[in-house]
Amino acid sequence: MIPLWWYLILSAAIFCIGLFGAITRKNSIGILISIELMLNAANINLLAFWRYLYAQQGDLRGQVFVIIIFVVAASEAAVGLAMIISAYRRKQTVIANEIDSMKG
Amino acid sequence: MTPMQILFLITGVVILFSAVMAVSARKMIHSALWFVLALLGVAVVFAMLEASFFAVVQVLIYVGAIAILIIFGVMLTRRALEDNGKHINRATITTTVIVIFVFAGLIYSLRLWVPLLATTTPLSSDHLDVGSLGLAFTDPRQFSLPFEITSVLLLAALIGAIYIAYERKDEKK
Amino acid sequence: MNFLYDPIPFIINWLNSLMLSWGWPVDVVQVVMFVLGALLICVGAMLFTTLLIWAERKIGGRFQDRLGPNRVGPWGIFQTIADMLKIFTKEYITPAGVDKIPFNLAPVLAVAAVLSIWAVIPFSETFSGVNINIALLYIIAIGGLGEMAIILAGFGSNNKYALLGAFRAVAQLISYEVPMVIVLLIPVMFTGSMGLNDIVQAQKIPFIVLAPVACLIFFISSIAENGRAPFDLIEADSELVAGFNIEYSGLKFGMFFVADFLHAFTSAIIFTTIFLGGWQGPGVATHPILGGFYLLAKTLIVYFAMLAIRFTLPRFRIDQMMALNWKILTPLSLVTLLVTAVVDKSIPRELMAVRIGALLVANILIWLVADRLFTVYSRRHTRLVVSGPRPLARPDLKSSKEERASL
Repeated sequence: MIPLWWYLILSAAIFCIGLFGAITRKNSIGILISIELMLNAANINLLAFWRYLYAQQGDLRGQVFVIIIFVVAASEAAVGLAMIISAYRRKQTVIANEIDSMKG
Repeated sequence: MTPMQILFLITGVVILFSAVMAVSARKMIHSALWFVLALLGVAVVFAMLEASFFAVVQVLIYVGAIAILIIFGVMLTRRALEDNGKHINRATITTTVIVIFVFAGLIYSLRLWVPLLATTTPLSSDHLDVGSLGLAFTDPRQFSLPFEITSVLLLAALIGAIYIAYERKDEKK
Repeated sequence: MNFLYDPIPFIINWLNSLMLSWGWPVDVVQVVMFVLGALLICVGAMLFTTLLIWAERKIGGRFQDRLGPNRVGPWGIFQTIADMLKIFTKEYITPAGVDKIPFNLAPVLAVAAVLSIWAVIPFSETFSGVNINIALLYIIAIGGLGEMAIILAGFGSNNKYALLGAFRAVAQLISYEVPMVIVLLIPVMFTGSMGLNDIVQAQKIPFIVLAPVACLIFFISSIAENGRAPFDLIEADSELVAGFNIEYSGLKFGMFFVADFLHAFTSAIIFTTIFLGGWQGPGVATHPILGGFYLLAKTLIVYFAMLAIRFTLPRFRIDQMMALNWKILTPLSLVTLLVTAVVDKSIPRELMAVRIGALLVANILIWLVADRLFTVYSRRHTRLVVSGPRPLARPDLKSSKEERASL
């Protein structure tokens, strides 16, 4: 049987890769992808904790959190892509640094 | 090494490799496709956690909707993605250091935690029932409030996405 | 005689005990049985497809008042095999500038996505690949992989037509998933389970009687999910040449071809399973093997209906396709779901006849109101007909009508 910490390390690694991408990517769609990776890492964590510490008692809180994260990820992708496409239409770019109309 | 452990290691390697490729690939579309592979790997991990419902939902929502949306977005904004110039910004080295510190910190903070070595027994079939989750979501004493809030969030996202991406007729040249 | 009534579990048990008697561990036996089962279902499905392709071409020929294939074998039945042999010997052409991995992955994924659906279909009461309790969700999720195959093909080909096909595919397939998923909630609501075998078992009366409007919506959207005429905008040959599979040749094209036919047949099976009672029929309780034949017979009827639609209706324009989905099917499916839920819950399960009657009346009412609304809508929004001279291919020549008038 796989011990719990394998899952935790996997999820920590995915989270760090996502963090790296979110900071270094120039393309805003790339940033979105990285954020989705981080959310996935959180999901692995939540499900692993649920499975190892709470599932035997019939406690469903971990699963509920995962569902909510799915919803958040889906709405984030929808709104984020809508914003990116809208910005692309106005400024012809998706590079995050160049979308700076609000800069004083 | 049980077969499950070998399967986990293979899946983990695939996920990590494709995640690294997803955040570092030069062409955005390749990045999106590697992202899909990472998502499928995460679905396998969910299945190994005996949460088959979540494995299927992962494929349905992430691969079937979010990844396709992202690929669609990449294709729509193709003109900006000509592969000239750097695809990552100048903070790469600093970020690498920060990320390694974060990872080390996570591992360090976990090392003394007792449930870390927890193993578990296979779940009985009544724990695998999706129905109990559904009942928990509609039960006012359990999770009906979060459920309603998520539905409101989804509705807001739907309206917001339509409003933002809507091309007004008078703005069009 | 018991063997003939229900051979499949008998064979499975026999193989199991045979391998166990060889001294193999239980895990290994299980894995071998899974692999064998998967192999059997996949090969069976692929072989069946050759027959389907012949049948489709023959029926299509009759619909269009021609003979169809009639040279190879009696009634041309071996035509597909000849075609297969030809396609095997064709050269693989990989155009310069394609993206290798997506380009080569796409055909495999297209076939795999369809074949994976066969894993959860209950062929008879005792024979199905796996009986998971979220089979419906699984089918929808696997459909997403099929979309991914089309996107990979369209993007990897590095071709404008292919990319346009992929764009249309994304728009169409994602859109039509919405009413389909909403409508699929109705059988789930009747049954209280997402497992396909549970759904079939609950259909002493087929759900097509209880929810005809939902059934119609599911039928239309599953045709659209297949991307077949009248929804074949993905590969509209007169607009996009061949759409997403334009750059493919040889066996890789063959795989798309097989996936297309198999997908149509698979969605006919799913339709049968969910709305027509699957393997239910007289005598299945004592002779489970009959269930397979009932399923096949019902599926072929549904498939024939799909073919009739395919060979008679012209293709939708892309805006019409979108309007049909978002202005008609999605609101209709939402209303149907709500009304069905209210009616179904307000009548106790014991009053079977009352329940059926009430659901039927509710469905007929929904249909009448919807039909009325759409008639009013379409009268109010008649299409603008462009006035003025029509564009001519060669403006120096006058149109034949004017010529005739001038003569």
